[in-house]
Amino acid sequence: MTEEIIIAGFGGQGVLSMGKILAYSGIMQDQEVSWMPSYGPEMRGGTANVTVIVSDERISSPTLTFYDTAIILNQQSMDKFEETVKPGGVLLYDPNGISKHPSRTDITIYKIEGAKIAADMGNTKIFNMVVLGAYLKVKPIVKLENVIKGLKKSLPERYHKLIPLNEDAITMGMKNVIN
Amino acid sequence: MGELKLMKGNEALAEAAIRAGADGYFGYPITPQSEVIEYLMAEKPYERTGMVVLQAESEVASINMLYGGGGTGKKVMTSSSSPGISLMQEGISYLAGAEIPCVVANVVRGGPGLGDIQPAQSDYFQSVKGGGHGDYRLPTLAPSSVQEMSDFVPIAFDLAFKYRTPVLIVSDGLIGQMMEKVELFDQMPRLTDEEVFEKYPWATNGKPKGGERRIITSLDLDPHKLEKHNHKLQAKYKEITDNEVRYELIDADDAEYLFVAYGSSARIAQKSLKLAREKGIKVGLLRIITLWPFASEIINEFTEKGIKGFLSVEMSAGQMVEDIKLAVNGRTKVEHFGRLGGVIHSPEEVVEALEQKIIGG
Amino acid sequence: MAELSVKDIIKPENLVYEKTKLMTDKTLSYCPGCGHGTAHRLTMEVIEELGKENDTIGVAPVGCSVLAYEFMNVDMQEAAHGRAPALATAIKRLWPGKVVFTYQGDGDLAAIGTAETIHACNRGENIVMIFVNNGIYGMTGGQMAPTTMIGMKTSTSPYGRDAALNGHPLKITELIAQLPGTTYVTRQAVHTPAAARKAKRALKKAFEQQINGVPGTTFIEIVSNCNSGWKMTPNDANNWMEENMFPFYPLGDIKVDGKLIESK
Ligand SMILES: Cc1ncc(C[n+]2csc(CCOP(=O)(O)OP(=O)(O)O)c2C)c(N)n1
Ligand code: SF4
Ligand SMILES: [Mg+2]
Repeated sequence: MTEEIIIAGFGGQGVLSMGKILAYSGIMQDQEVSWMPSYGPEMRGGTANVTVIVSDERISSPTLTFYDTAIILNQQSMDKFEETVKPGGVLLYDPNGISKHPSRTDITIYKIEGAKIAADMGNTKIFNMVVLGAYLKVKPIVKLENVIKGLKKSLPERYHKLIPLNEDAITMGMKNVIN
Repeated sequence: MGELKLMKGNEALAEAAIRAGADGYFGYPITPQSEVIEYLMAEKPYERTGMVVLQAESEVASINMLYGGGGTGKKVMTSSSSPGISLMQEGISYLAGAEIPCVVANVVRGGPGLGDIQPAQSDYFQSVKGGGHGDYRLPTLAPSSVQEMSDFVPIAFDLAFKYRTPVLIVSDGLIGQMMEKVELFDQMPRLTDEEVFEKYPWATNGKPKGGERRIITSLDLDPHKLEKHNHKLQAKYKEITDNEVRYELIDADDAEYLFVAYGSSARIAQKSLKLAREKGIKVGLLRIITLWPFASEIINEFTEKGIKGFLSVEMSAGQMVEDIKLAVNGRTKVEHFGRLGGVIHSPEEVVEALEQKIIGG
Repeated sequence: MAELSVKDIIKPENLVYEKTKLMTDKTLSYCPGCGHGTAHRLTMEVIEELGKENDTIGVAPVGCSVLAYEFMNVDMQEAAHGRAPALATAIKRLWPGKVVFTYQGDGDLAAIGTAETIHACNRGENIVMIFVNNGIYGMTGGQMAPTTMIGMKTSTSPYGRDAALNGHPLKITELIAQLPGTTYVTRQAVHTPAAARKAKRALKKAFEQQINGVPGTTFIEIVSNCNSGWKMTPNDANNWMEENMFPFYPLGDIKVDGKLIESK
C-alpha cells in the first residue's frame, strides 16, 4: 500500500499539523512516512500545503506531480491541485469559501463541511481533525487508535487533555463526509 | 530498536549531533536550515550532555570557532546553507590545511548569490572541487533521507577524526525541511577532557607537563616544507579515496541504463525508476553517497559491462555529470538532466529525459 | 682592581635578567626596535609567573606576529586574518578551565576582524585580548590601517591619511570599553622599561582575572611602533609615537572592574 496525499489550504487551517498527525499515525502502525511542506515565499498569500506519503515500502520521491488524494481547503488550492489527482483518485474538499466547485468526472469527489461542523462543536481549531476524520472514512489507511497514539506523540503533554475533543471531531468528520 | 520519531531533516541532524557526543555547535541562522540551531537551543544539550551551543555573529565566525574548538581536539560542528557556506570557504581551507577535524553541514538552496530558499544541488563543485583556496579535498556525505541526516553525523565525525579533516554533509532544503520517520541511535558518550588530551596528542589544549608545545597552523613560509605538507595531505586524500567511497545501487542488476543521483534527486529518481520500469524500460539507480571520494570505480565497472548510458539527475546545471564523464571517459553515453534555481524535478520529466537524451538520443 | 673574567660575570649571583623559558630560543623575526618582541616576552613572563604554562592556549593573528607561535612556548593556534577572537571563543567555551588569549595587530583586530572583536567582547568571552596597535599594516609592507593617524603617510595613503577619503583613525579600544561584556580595558606601551613594567602589570591583572573566574573580557591595547612601516629609525619611531600617537591614543586604564574611568 502506498497513499500519496496533498493537503492544501490557508495557513492557520491546520494543514501542516493534519499532515503531521497522519504521518505520525503511519509510524504508529509501522509504516514508512514522509511529510514535505511548502515553505518560504511559496507560502506568501497565506497558502500552505503539504505532501504526505504513507507506505508499506521505502518512500521514493517526497515531492510529487500527481496524488492519490487531494484534500483541498481553499479556492487557490482547488485551482492548483484539482488537476493533480490521479484518474480514479479522490478529491476531498470543504465547500466553505469555494466558488468554483471541482468538475472532474474521472475521480471521486467528497465534501466535508469541516468549518461548519467545527463551529457547531464550539471550537474552530478542531476543523482539521474533522477533515481528517472525513478523509479516514473515505480512505481508512490508518486505524483510529493509531491516530490517537500519533496525537499523543506529536502533542506536548499539556495538550493531552484535548485528545478526546480531537477524537470527537474525527468521528464527526467520519459521520458527515458526503459523496 | 532505537527511538522512533517523526522529524525534519534539520532536526534529525541537530539531535544526531547531541547523540553523537558532539562537544560544540556554532552556527548562524539561514533558511532552510535554521531549525538546526533552533532545535539545539530549545533542546538545551548543555544540560543533556554538556555540549556547548553558540549562535555566532556570522558564518565567518562559526567556521573559525570550529577551527578553535576542533584544534583543541573537541568534536565540533556547524551548519548553514549555500550563501553562509560560501562565507565559510576561507575557514574551511584553513581547517583543511591545519588538519582540524570538524563537521560542516550545508543544507543547499538555490543560487548563485542570494538566490532563493528552495532546494538545490548547485553547490556540488564548491563542495568537492575546492571551494576555498589550495589543494585540498573534503570527504562529503550526501544524505537522501531524514534517517541519513541522523545516521551520517556520527559517520562524519568518525571520518573527521580518523583522517583529521573537515567533513561535509551536503543535503538541501528538501531533506532539511521534510519530516520522515527516523530511528534515533542511542546517546554516545562525550569524551572527557582527560580522554581528549590522551587521545589526540596533536591538539592544543594545554602543553603536556614536561612535553613539547603543540601548534595548530596552516602556515609554512618555506615552500619546500609546504610542498612536503601538501604531499602528506595528498597521501591522506589517496587513502580516503581508496577506503571511503560510498554508494547504493537500486534495481541495477538487470539495468540497461542508470540514473546517477544523490540526495533529494536520488529520491525523485527512485520514483522515476518505478515509472520507467512500468513502461518496460530497464533502468536502475546509482545513488551517490560520498560526493567525494566519488564512485568512479563502480561507474567504470558498469561501463565495462556495457551499460547503454548514464543520466545524471541533479538540481543543478550539470556539475556531478563531469565526474561521471571522467569515470566513463567517452566509452558510453553520459547525459545530464537538471532543474535549476531551486526547482525540483518531477519524476515524470526525469523519465522523459531518459527517453529523449539517452534511449532515443 | 683585579681583572674581571667572563666566568665571574656569568656567576648566578650576578644575574640581572633571564629570558623566560616560555619564550623559545628561536630568533625573533621582528625588526630591531619593534614592540612585538617585548609584548610577546611580557605576555609569556606573566603566564610563567602565574604558573599556567601547561594550561594556556594562545591564538596568533595574521600580521607581523603571525609567527608568534614560533616564539611563545605554550600551545598555540594560528588563526585566519581577523578571526582570532572566534577561535578563542570556542576554545574557552570548550575548555573553561584553561587560560586563553589572543594576540592581534590593528589590521587584524580592528579592520578585517572588527565583527569578531566586537562580538567576542560583547558576549563577554572570558579571554584576554592583546592588541598591538602600530597604526599600520606592518606585515604587508606599510599600508594604511584603521588606526593610522590623520596625515600619516603610508603606501596606500601616500599623501597622508585624509579623513574625507579614509575616515578617521579608529579608537576601537574606547569603543569596546562601552560594551558591558568587557571588564578590564586598558591602553599601554612597551617602548621604555617603565612603560613595559606598567604593561606587564596590566597583562598580569588581565590574566589573573581570567584565572580567578572574573566574568568578562579583558582587553589590553599596546600602542607600539613600526619603524619599518613608518620608515623611521627605531629611536625616531618611538619619539614620533610619543608625540603623535599618545595624545590621540592616551595611555592608561579605560575600564576597570567593569566601570569606565571617568576622565576618559
Ligand atoms: C584574508 C586576508 N586578507 C589579506 C591578507 C594580507 N595581510 C596579511 S597581514 C595584513 C595586515 C596586518 O596588519 P596588522 O594586523 O596591523 O599587523 P602588523 O603586521 O602591523 O603587526 C594583511 C592585510 C591576509 N593574510 N588574509
Ligand atoms: S614591520 Fe613593523 S610591526 Fe613588523 S616587525 Fe617590523 S617594525 Fe615590527
Ligand atoms: Mg599593525
